[in-house]
Amino acid sequence: MIELKNVRKIYNSGRPNEFAALKGVSFDCEARTFTVIKGPSGSGKTTLLSILGCMARPTSGRIMFREREITSLPERFLAEIRRNAFGFIFQQYNLIKGMTALENIMLPAYPGGEKRSVLEKRAMALLDHFNLCGKALSQIERLSGGEAQRVAIARALINDPAVIIADEPTAHLDTGLSREFMETMLSLKREGRTIVMASHDTLVCGSAFVDRVIEMRDGSLECKGAEA
Amino acid sequence: MKFRRHSSAAFLVIGLLLSLQCLMIVHAADRRTAALPAIQEKQRMVKALQLTDLCLFTEARYTRHPAMADFHSAFQDGPLSFEHFPSGSLVTPTDLMRDYRD
Amino acid sequence: MIEKQRNILDFTLSSLLRRKGKNAALLIVYTLVVSLLASVLFFTHALRKEAGLVLTDAPDMVVQKLLAGRYDLVPLTYADRIKAVRGVGTVRGRLWGYYFDAGIGANYTVMAPGDQPVAAGSISIGEGIARTRKASEGDVLPLRGQDGEVRLFQVAQVLSPQSSLVSSDLILMSERDFREFFSIPSTHATDLVLTIANPRERATIARKITQALPDTRPIIRDDIARTYDSVFSWRSGLLLVILASVVVSFLIFAWDRASGLSAEEKYEIGILKALGWETSDVLFMKFCEGLVISLTSFLAGVLLAYVHVFVASSSLFQPVLKGWSVLYPDFKLIPFIDAFQVATLFFFTVVPYSVAVVIPAWRAATVDPDAVMRA
Repeated sequence: MIELKNVRKIYNSGRPNEFAALKGVSFDCEARTFTVIKGPSGSGKTTLLSILGCMARPTSGRIMFREREITSLPERFLAEIRRNAFGFIFQQYNLIKGMTALENIMLPAYPGGEKRSVLEKRAMALLDHFNLCGKALSQIERLSGGEAQRVAIARALINDPAVIIADEPTAHLDTGLSREFMETMLSLKREGRTIVMASHDTLVCGSAFVDRVIEMRDGSLECKGAEA
Repeated sequence: MKFRRHSSAAFLVIGLLLSLQCLMIVHAADRRTAALPAIQEKQRMVKALQLTDLCLFTEARYTRHPAMADFHSAFQDGPLSFEHFPSGSLVTPTDLMRDYRD
Repeated sequence: MIEKQRNILDFTLSSLLRRKGKNAALLIVYTLVVSLLASVLFFTHALRKEAGLVLTDAPDMVVQKLLAGRYDLVPLTYADRIKAVRGVGTVRGRLWGYYFDAGIGANYTVMAPGDQPVAAGSISIGEGIARTRKASEGDVLPLRGQDGEVRLFQVAQVLSPQSSLVSSDLILMSERDFREFFSIPSTHATDLVLTIANPRERATIARKITQALPDTRPIIRDDIARTYDSVFSWRSGLLLVILASVVVSFLIFAWDRASGLSAEEKYEIGILKALGWETSDVLFMKFCEGLVISLTSFLAGVLLAYVHVFVASSSLFQPVLKGWSVLYPDFKLIPFIDAFQVATLFFFTVVPYSVAVVIPAWRAATVDPDAVMRA
């Protein structure tokens, strides 16, 4: 489904603080699989996820999505793909403070031009799914950590994306919530979505639902292959 | 559940302001027609008394009758006198003052 | 399409509401600035328009006599010399002058009308005088003449308040009383008023008169009628000062917005882009932000200005306009509004501000969301 061919990402090119986050990464990912990218901080996991999720362009290399090359697509098309096909769950959640949970969830769908009543229904359905109906109109700051994460997941799902990308989602959760999170991911996988997750949490990496664990170090993949 | 949109409220406010603007325009037109007799009375008085100025600033001669004043009026009290009436800064000598002497 | 714009507008509004205090203050201040400028525009335009209408029948020409740069009484013999100039119709002497009422410190304009003379011993007074001296019909007004003697005049009539824009400070008395009061001999008048049949000849006749009588100064009706155009033009004192301060305020607003986004705003734009908003969506949102504030300020400001000038008689301008005048007219202006001025005001209120909000967002909106998120 997603294929990266020899992708390089260099930040601050030409300047003294030039930094190569990815050094020739080649990677492919089948549909409906659950892939975990493991590695210490600074290994380039976040950069890889950004590039996978069409949030950054590689310095060199090619990206294929659903058999189509998207490396040099204009920003408009890239944004459309990002919006419709990918759901991103950030490490810091990145929910907008001062807005209600409901509005945060609907946010990725605004540019789609659907009627607001339709969006509200979908958002409420998601909130219902995560047992957060009562918190629909609560401001984000008033939610607990677990509730905030569920809102973040719901937001990632508003456009019914084919791919879920999550960056260290269990970093701030206790074991119980982490397990709950993995259950959610499993049900999403069962719905037919593809999941790519960056994590060094053993609970995640050792989970039975994970199809593949890839290790990264200093901007390159250490090993590539199927693991159970 | 039905939720109210912010943009609906915004349209309401803008709509309200716009309709007040329309009201203002109508009010102004109405006042203009109602003021017609007053304007005619002023025109009559100007003609009868051969007036040249509006009575706006009664501080000094040249602020009361700017049409009759010339460049020297403000300084007539002394060769080096400055402008000393506040409304003199509002009623500056006009560009239209002409000297018909060649 | 419209739905998408409306959705983005929803977000813009909720975004503005998130910083309620700051945006409310901004809205209020911007409204006040607009209403101040609009007030000045309304005031000056309405006065100019009314002056133009009311002074249509001002004298065709006024001839003054000068002595050492000051106005002197004009001898009536000059009238004969002037009548000899071709194109001149009638020539009449005008009798008018100023009276300083020491008791209350007010200046009045005293006139002896040629037509419809006032009865001897009586005066007609303008409503401004009636107001300041608390005099009405039938009352007796003491006035100190040129010779220092106090004379009593009976108020025969108070001139109608409707005409106050031209008559507020007038005292009309009979010619005999006037000459006696100011010790002006019957051979002289304050100035001469002419009728001239052909308006296009006025300038020529003025030149001829100065040639014949070098110590005179003619003033023609075109100049009289347009005096108030230039008194209230944008280069005049009042307007220039207000304009300057308003322009400075606008610049401060725009600079504040244009000097860059706060870290929080940049972060939010990064999130939006990460969630799949295009650059154009983000910029549209920013534009809405500027538009909402400036449009509301404009509409509210214009309404406030209208009420201030045409309902409340420009009461806020009173300290400026009154100066040292004791006799102050009631500025009940007729609402003449120049649509072009309002349109220009709209353009300058809404466009620069909206642009100033969008420009700094441009950079944040076009950068890869990844980079914004990392910062």
